[in-house]
Amino acid sequence: MSENRKSAMTDRSMVSRAVKDAFLKLDPREQVKNPVMFLVYLSAVLTTILFVLSLAGVSDGVASSGFILSIAVILWLTSLFSNFAEAIAEGRGKAQADSLRASKRDVTAHKLEDAADRARFTDISGALLKKGDYFLVRTGEQIAADGEVVDGAASVDESAITGESAPVIREAGGDRSAVTGGTTVLSDWLVVRVTQEAGQSFMDKMIAMVEGANRKKTPNEIALQILLVALSLIFVLVTASLFSYSQFSADQAGIVNPTSVVWLVALLICLAPTTIGALLSAIGIAGMSRLNQANVLAMSGRAIEAAGDVDVLLLDKTGTITLGNRQAAAFLPVAGCSEKELADAAQLSSLADETPEGRSIVVLAKENFGIRGRELADQNLQFIPFTAQTRMSGVDYAGGEIRKGAAEAVRSYVENSGGKYSAACAQLVDQVSRQGGTPLVVAKNHKVLGVIYLKDIIKDGVKEKFADLRKMGIKTIMITGDNPVTAAAIAAEAGVDDFLAEATPETKLETIRSYQAQGHLVAMTGDGTNDAPALAQADVAVAMNSGTQAAKEAGNMVDLDSSPTKLIDIVRIGKQLLMTRGSLTTFSIANDIAKYFAIIPAIFMSLYPGLGVLNIMGLQSPSSAILSALIYNALIIVALIPLALKGVKYQEVPAAKLLKHNLLVYGLGGIIVPFIAIKGIDLIVAPILGAF
Amino acid sequence: MNSVLQYALYLIILVVLSIPLGRYISKVMDGERVFLSAVLAPCERGLYRLLRVDSKENMGWKTYAGCALAFSAVSLAVLMLILRFQNLLPWNPEGVGGMSWPLAFNTAVSFITNTNWQAYSGEVALSNFSQALGLTVQNFVSAGVGIAVLFAIVRGFIRVSANGIGNFWSDLTRAVLYILLPVCLVMSVVLVGLGVPQSLGGSTTVDLLEPIAVDADGSVLVNAEIDTAHGTVTVDGQTVNGAQIVTQQQVPLFPQASQVAPKQVGTNGGGVLGNNSAHPFENPNPASNMIQMLSILLIPVALCFSFGRSIKDKKQGIAIFLAMLVLLVAALGVIAYSEQAATPQLAQDGAVNIIAGNGNIGGNMEGKETRFGIASSSAWAAFTTAASNGSVNSMHDSYTPIGGMMPMLLMQLGEVIFGGVGCGLYGMLGFVLLTVFIAGLMVGRTPEYLGKKIGPKEMRMAVLVCLATPIAILLGSGIAALVPATADSLNNGGAHGLSELLYAYSSCGGNNGSAFAGFNANTPFLNISLGLIMLFARFVPMTTTLCIAGSMAQKKKVASGAGTLSTCNAMFVFLLILIVLIIGALSFFPALSLGPIAEFTQMIGIG
Repeated sequence: MSENRKSAMTDRSMVSRAVKDAFLKLDPREQVKNPVMFLVYLSAVLTTILFVLSLAGVSDGVASSGFILSIAVILWLTSLFSNFAEAIAEGRGKAQADSLRASKRDVTAHKLEDAADRARFTDISGALLKKGDYFLVRTGEQIAADGEVVDGAASVDESAITGESAPVIREAGGDRSAVTGGTTVLSDWLVVRVTQEAGQSFMDKMIAMVEGANRKKTPNEIALQILLVALSLIFVLVTASLFSYSQFSADQAGIVNPTSVVWLVALLICLAPTTIGALLSAIGIAGMSRLNQANVLAMSGRAIEAAGDVDVLLLDKTGTITLGNRQAAAFLPVAGCSEKELADAAQLSSLADETPEGRSIVVLAKENFGIRGRELADQNLQFIPFTAQTRMSGVDYAGGEIRKGAAEAVRSYVENSGGKYSAACAQLVDQVSRQGGTPLVVAKNHKVLGVIYLKDIIKDGVKEKFADLRKMGIKTIMITGDNPVTAAAIAAEAGVDDFLAEATPETKLETIRSYQAQGHLVAMTGDGTNDAPALAQADVAVAMNSGTQAAKEAGNMVDLDSSPTKLIDIVRIGKQLLMTRGSLTTFSIANDIAKYFAIIPAIFMSLYPGLGVLNIMGLQSPSSAILSALIYNALIIVALIPLALKGVKYQEVPAAKLLKHNLLVYGLGGIIVPFIAIKGIDLIVAPILGAF
Repeated sequence: MNSVLQYALYLIILVVLSIPLGRYISKVMDGERVFLSAVLAPCERGLYRLLRVDSKENMGWKTYAGCALAFSAVSLAVLMLILRFQNLLPWNPEGVGGMSWPLAFNTAVSFITNTNWQAYSGEVALSNFSQALGLTVQNFVSAGVGIAVLFAIVRGFIRVSANGIGNFWSDLTRAVLYILLPVCLVMSVVLVGLGVPQSLGGSTTVDLLEPIAVDADGSVLVNAEIDTAHGTVTVDGQTVNGAQIVTQQQVPLFPQASQVAPKQVGTNGGGVLGNNSAHPFENPNPASNMIQMLSILLIPVALCFSFGRSIKDKKQGIAIFLAMLVLLVAALGVIAYSEQAATPQLAQDGAVNIIAGNGNIGGNMEGKETRFGIASSSAWAAFTTAASNGSVNSMHDSYTPIGGMMPMLLMQLGEVIFGGVGCGLYGMLGFVLLTVFIAGLMVGRTPEYLGKKIGPKEMRMAVLVCLATPIAILLGSGIAALVPATADSLNNGGAHGLSELLYAYSSCGGNNGSAFAGFNANTPFLNISLGLIMLFARFVPMTTTLCIAGSMAQKKKVASGAGTLSTCNAMFVFLLILIVLIIGALSFFPALSLGPIAEFTQMIGIG
């Protein structure tokens, strides 16, 4: 996906494709989907007809053929600019879809009759696989369909969808069992049960999504469009009634109606909210595209709008708030045992422990006491690995055994063999927990030596991030399996608003429900099958691509990077999308003030010369005033395309501040800019008109 | 300076009175017990029994709207029949004939829509029966319907995942019985005390202090010498043939005080007499003037506070109140300034002193009553058009171009600056939704108001609430301007002629009812077209408001926090004002520039 990170505007081929699309989109069936721009389209057609009629000598005698032609040309350009904006926004997605399609070949699948018998298979086209079929994939082969691994384990290259070149492990059972069609097995083999048939696969969905082929207007987009249509309707009435008032006033004054239909059409298009109308769909597509660039795939546009509304984030502690691994920070011996003795036992039991925690114990022992690696073979060591049942790991050696693990587990281990778990030890455990650490109790020959203080390392900058989120009114909730004491300490250190300790899928679901009942919108990330109910309940649910099929189906977004911090980016993109819509709407409406001051005096100066006082821009002639306003109206669309694609500037500040900022820039700016721009255009247009 | 104090005093008294009234109204409409319950609760129950109404039924929005529309339709039919056939009905001491169908339609629509546009003159066109049992009844119930609908949308905001928005019959009954009747009763008695007639006896005849003479056409003869003994009239020494000497005058007496009270309190505005509150019977003195003027805005202002109390967030009501107040003060300021400054033409090259000072009030006194002066007339003009009242104590046609444009603009803004009883506030809520929609997007959230998300459906309805008035006015006046006969109704030509036309349609499109005197509206085309516009401008926003109420009630409530757009701070008040002005300005700037603005440029001599 990295090739798509290039700016669409700089990509020459993309621009030329967009230009071509802009013309193709002049199809009335396309135009009618956007009512405001359809009005422009109809006006362009109307003025073109009026131009042809004027050539044939049929005209109202007010506007010349040349003038009508220039109005018609500008109106067609306005229409094209809008099409171009949409096409360029779609361009990025289309390019991405093309590259996805290229990687999606029809591959041969080794279909198994019996999942248990890997030897007997028939080769069929991957497209013919049905749901529930089993197939075998071997080293170097592409996986033919989405499915679940039922047997085997393999490293898989998923770069076709994630853009990440490092291979991932896929294996039967657990949370890493889902495979995606179009990815490639690098080593070993897998037996896969098909879960999605061809055409419904993740890759197919992804292509459709990034291409925006079946893009539906989101509720908010529809609501905004209603406002824009209503405003356009009012302006149709304003201009139509203006013709009638002008007729009435001319009759009263005993003169010919000075108002040309072409002028009124120009006024109508200037007043109609064409700026936002032209860019509305580009903004929506670009928002989606930004999300894709962040390697997140939204299953609907609705989800990205909901992301803007989210005000409670459920964040997994590990990976989001703390670095994934805890590190040993201290050895805390109980009375009757030296620190070095404890360190020695801890190091010995951790030598074969390849977890980051285990390695950090070895490192700490070396740093503090110079205890180095030893000749393992000599001592007849037998390492006991950690299991979820025992919740301990350790080592048996000639003359004894060492165990380290969770306090409760070690306690029962010690007490079961008649040993004593001292109050002093319990106190140490408690103390470590309260400091946000994880206590590991070490026992040698059923006698407690002391406690290893495993410290959670809070990621750099998260505290500031959460403070910013809080300013925006977003609450952060830390989800952790730790006990409440530890969780509270880490929560305080990281600066989250609340935490859910000893979290289970059920308590997560409960938490989401209770926040929703209070009227909050909740976002969460998840990967395991047991996360599925909570994901389904959350308003914005981001499933990790590394997660199970069930999780992916329950969520409304998939994070291809499987990064736990992605949630914060998603919220940002959602808010930015809505802000861009609002800001450009404000800008568009604010522009009308200047346009009135350009066109009203131009049209009615002949009827009431006094209305010349309204010509505060000092535009040089009625024709040049009308043309300048209309040219501005068309050019501003082009000028704002980059903003529509990029989105307006996003800041993590409270709503009131954000509103003030955007109002100043887009509201006040929207009032002032056109006055200057129209005047500038008039300075160029008037001499040209004078030359004719 | 003196007049600024006068304006300030009016506003302060208004607000001081409306705060407790707002609290009272909120209690009444929320079904709480109030001090009048002891007396009125039995009446209320009796009414329900009599009318076989189940006051406990919790109506969905469709039923509620159906009841409101059906009630209005029946009112329309009954009132039309009364007016058409008043000659056959009792209490008609003057023997007034029935109205023509178009005029009866126009008048009936006008009163059921709380507009009170009057294409007739009450003293010659209506019987006591029509006044008292036809119009006065509607003065109460049309205002009651407005209050009912307002509280339906209030329930829409506060109810969560609910289907019902209240009971129309109970809302209407309580609004009339507990709010409008007691206030009007008190006010009528006070007005009678101040000299407003209250009589079913019909006109009386009184002797003139001195006789006057009229010629054969009925025109008054100026500087005539009248010889009552011989019955001859001479002007400049010449006898006028066919001249008649008039020694007596007919004084129109009606059950007037009882109609003037609801006319003001219920933002109706339809006077008993053609001259409305400029007539010395309808509004005899400065005291009656102040009471009437304040009562125009009393309930609309109070309802802002009721709204805040009923949605359980007083700040929201105060924010809307402040937005309205700022707009009102601004409009009042412009009118007062323009009228006091008068025009160069009025000065007549120094022949008339238009500068205030040394006991001279100065300014533009054309069309104003000397007993009220500039300040009370300007304030009334602003109040009556801000609220969709429409009663007048001066003739707006004679205002300066800008002074006359402001009342017009206040109506064109959709009568949301306090506006009509109930309907002004629910109209303003439409604008609040528009404001919230645009501003809400700018803070990066899908828009919400009072915790309720605004979706496509609410938006569709909200734009109809806000745009019904501009649509009605632009469409109506646009067509009327093309009808050749319209020109015959005008009193003036040119830009002022367009202003007269525009004013008539703005008045009906805003459900205001005030008239730019001079425009003859009693033609079949105008009666019917203005009637249709009044219906559109009243019932489209009402129905759509109820639809919003229904859909809001079904929604869940979203929690608010630092990321939510506040709808009760200064920024929001500012934005709301801006949106109201922008929608109004965008819709009417072209029209106004051909009317009052063109007239203004001519006045200052650059046209």
